[in-house]
Amino acid sequence: MNHKLPKLPYEKDALKPYISEETIDFHYGKHHQAYVDKLNGLIPGTQFEDAGLEAIIKNADGGIFNNGAQVWNHSFYFSSFSPEGRREPSGELSDAINGTFGSFEKFREEFNKSAATLFGSGWAWLVKNKDGKLSIVQKSNAGNPLRDGLTPLLTCDVWEHAYYIDYRNKRPDYLKSFWEIIDWDIIASRY
Amino acid sequence: MERRKFLSTVGLGAVAVALPHELLATPVFDFSIDDKGNFKGHEFPELPYSFDALEPHIDKMTMEIHYDRHHRGYFKKFMAAIEGTDHASTPMSKLFAGVSKLPTGIRNNGGGFYNHTLFWNNMSGKKTRPSDKLKKAIEDAFGSWEKFREEFNRAAATRFGSGWAWLVMDAKKKLFVGSTPNQDNPLMDVSELRGTPLLALDVWEHAYYLKYQNKRPDYVSAFWNVINWDEVNRRFDKALEL
Repeated sequence: MNHKLPKLPYEKDALKPYISEETIDFHYGKHHQAYVDKLNGLIPGTQFEDAGLEAIIKNADGGIFNNGAQVWNHSFYFSSFSPEGRREPSGELSDAINGTFGSFEKFREEFNKSAATLFGSGWAWLVKNKDGKLSIVQKSNAGNPLRDGLTPLLTCDVWEHAYYIDYRNKRPDYLKSFWEIIDWDIIASRY
Repeated sequence: MERRKFLSTVGLGAVAVALPHELLATPVFDFSIDDKGNFKGHEFPELPYSFDALEPHIDKMTMEIHYDRHHRGYFKKFMAAIEGTDHASTPMSKLFAGVSKLPTGIRNNGGGFYNHTLFWNNMSGKKTRPSDKLKKAIEDAFGSWEKFREEFNRAAATRFGSGWAWLVMDAKKKLFVGSTPNQDNPLMDVSELRGTPLLALDVWEHAYYLKYQNKRPDYVSAFWNVINWDEVNRRFDKALEL
């Protein structure tokens, strides 16, 4: 199977001023593309040659896992945003967030803390377990909660390449902007 | 895949016997130690050159942010992590030798503080050269100078995520290269790569993103133009004596 870079669901400058066009150019155009290319270079002749990304995430190790998971993670991340959209959860997901974390505000605080304290490169995730319960988890490098049997709902990329052009060392400023571009109708559809 | 596997096996094969921290209690490798071997405290170091000294290979703005924000941030957090504890008067090399039993804040921030100091000192805007003695040891260990460069570059390029590439001397005085994740280093008991660090290269994205963006290999190539071989020679000589 030849994996392909998914089309970005908005224009490259659509997330300004929160995420610049230059960041999207590199993050989507170079990093995401490179993970796709490297994965396609690694899988021929292996048991993962015809595997989907979820199977790769659950079963592969080393370079195939790293690149496969990074393809999935970035596709999931980029498809969480929209220039116009609902900026707060509603309906059942909102109830679940309030029930688990107390309020949307408290959830944001906890998620931010998780994303801010992840040391090195990685991802912060809002996930749902088999019983429908929500939690926040940190994953280093290419880590993905699917491997633990959890359902990802929302993720924030805290590799420095996600924010260094726009925010330099100030990861908390990037996290503040992150909430301004999430489309909660998309997140709700994953719940 | 085969190639990858082979390389990681080579890396593991090179894992060295741990050096007792007492052997490293010299200011060459432990900046918290004075010339007499006594603990003198931790200090945020001056940059040994101006911010623009490594241009065009490492740009002024990267140096400013890297030194003044990232490095200083690690120093402050490290000091906060040891303040008021028994660890406040423990030499850095001793903390690292038992870091598996310490809070992760000491491992991460102590590592970040130490590694960057080592890194600044093994770079220079001046032209320097490896000593004949170091060159010979490198040729003995890697086959040739070119092969050493290749192996070091590969270690730097293949470290996935954030981390460091190293030239290290093990307890048997043999040289090898490898990498560590995040802010781990070869002095830490948690590290797969153990030994005395002779040369350090930061491959966190913050080290190169403003100038090289996604092109880590270009940054790694540029690094060879700014290596301070005087300092690496000094570390090599000292490591042989330990």
